[in-house]
Amino acid sequence: MRRAVLLVFVIVGLAWPLLAPRYFVFLASLVFVNAIVAMGLNLLSGYTHQLSFGHAGFLAIGAYTTALLGLHGGGLPAPLALLGAGVVTAAVGVALGLPCLRLEGLYLTMATLAFGFVVIEAILNLDRLTNGADGLRVPAARMGPWALTTDGARYYLVVVVTALLVIAALNVTRMRVGRALLAIRESEIAAQASGVPVATWKTIAFALSAFYTGVAGGLFAWLIGTLSPDAFDVFLSVDFVVMIILGGLGSVPGSIVGAAVVTVLNDALAGFQNYRPLIFGTILIGCMLFMPGGIAGAWRRQTAP
Amino acid sequence: MTGLLSVSGLSINFGGLAALSDLDLEVAEGAIVALIGPNGAGKTTVFNVLSGLYHPSRGRVTFRGDDLLALAPYAIARRGVARTFQNTEVFRRLSALDNVLIGRHAHIKGGVLGGALALPRVRSEEARARRDARALLDLVGLGDSANVEAASLPLGHQKRLEMARALAAEPTLLLLDEPAGGLNPTETRELMGLIRRLRDERKLTILLVEHDMQLVMGISDRVAVLDHGRKIAEGKPGEISRDPAVIEAYLGAPE
Repeated sequence: MRRAVLLVFVIVGLAWPLLAPRYFVFLASLVFVNAIVAMGLNLLSGYTHQLSFGHAGFLAIGAYTTALLGLHGGGLPAPLALLGAGVVTAAVGVALGLPCLRLEGLYLTMATLAFGFVVIEAILNLDRLTNGADGLRVPAARMGPWALTTDGARYYLVVVVTALLVIAALNVTRMRVGRALLAIRESEIAAQASGVPVATWKTIAFALSAFYTGVAGGLFAWLIGTLSPDAFDVFLSVDFVVMIILGGLGSVPGSIVGAAVVTVLNDALAGFQNYRPLIFGTILIGCMLFMPGGIAGAWRRQTAP
Repeated sequence: MTGLLSVSGLSINFGGLAALSDLDLEVAEGAIVALIGPNGAGKTTVFNVLSGLYHPSRGRVTFRGDDLLALAPYAIARRGVARTFQNTEVFRRLSALDNVLIGRHAHIKGGVLGGALALPRVRSEEARARRDARALLDLVGLGDSANVEAASLPLGHQKRLEMARALAAEPTLLLLDEPAGGLNPTETRELMGLIRRLRDERKLTILLVEHDMQLVMGISDRVAVLDHGRKIAEGKPGEISRDPAVIEAYLGAPE
């Protein structure tokens, strides 16, 4: 049954650009990009309990890195450009994660919130590099001699990258690394007493989370074509948090489902911008009260023997 | 027998209160040593210093010749000192099996990249770790609860789960903080058998804090008595139970 459902999803997913109108191909790509961010955020917030309201900042760093690599990198192939975006963002993640080792709970969240604002200010002020508020044109992704200029081509690139990152996240979280991160969430004292170097793994969680978000930023840059700092405001960070709380903290499949729901809902509500905070706030409160494990937790309870 | 753990002149203050003053303690390799005393005597504080959670104001702690006070808690665990906690500190929302697997953390390879790619080497290590962890759950009698969420286990089982997790780290010295707390007499007897087997079959050295005198007197080679942060007596179980200072500490001075 589960295999059959998965198979249907894969077939529809692969045939999507042939079936759907252009705009929905773009929207599906955006769902996958957000799913990557949600997985990354979940590795940090769901697994080690370091709640971040600054992931739009990481997304921006990945996006601008990719754009700059495209402008000055001499036709770098897309996989390398994404890797570059991921590595640069991961390095920034470590730089933010190290001081955050001294912070907990609300204070840590405040620091990540501030980080998001700092990134936007930095983009505005580094206008020689980023073109500031005027916006930066992103050269199309390249694969050797080809430029990925259609929504369909970009969609397939996004799907392949997402699939690889989903598999990697599932593998990582199922084994030693995932357990170490969960141990930190459950009890830092017991984790240390079990030989887990807590500070090291918290920093690795920041790096990993930033890497995922940086790669997503690269794909996002190609999808939207022009970057400007206001695309990465704090409300986007809040959206990411809603995705993982709705989907389920500490769940990779939950991250994907949460990203899909929030992205589609956001699009459907485009005409009601003023009501968005109200609706998402209601979703958040509803989740915390009635569905603390998010969709993934509810699903587990439904299917548990 | 040679000294495995050596504590000398250990003092620690919490805001003017001397939780431990000038404590000396030797634990010989292969011994079962009990630390007893009234509530608030500083027994758990000793454990917290040994596992690196507290930093004493004075004193030395050496373990197999290494200065334990210079090491971070996780590094102490890796040198071979594992512990359980008085009020249990299991990973509540994880399965019993995952709890024990985390205890094996330092003995499994497989970082982020190897794990993400699920390399064959990493996968086989993981499979071996799971077998080892299941064997430890069997040893403490929790073989049937491997997939049960730790929080939903009864307290006695959580205590045994912590023992399995501590054993998974392959320690030389095992610190047990009130292992018999909340157990009935039958369970306590089973626990005594288990602790003896750990020493005899796995060559572990065991330091335990306990209020249950049946257990303390039944399995300890040596007993040290703390009162108000000072060691007031130390010796074989038989000597301790007749020691006037100990009787006074427990029952109060005669009128």
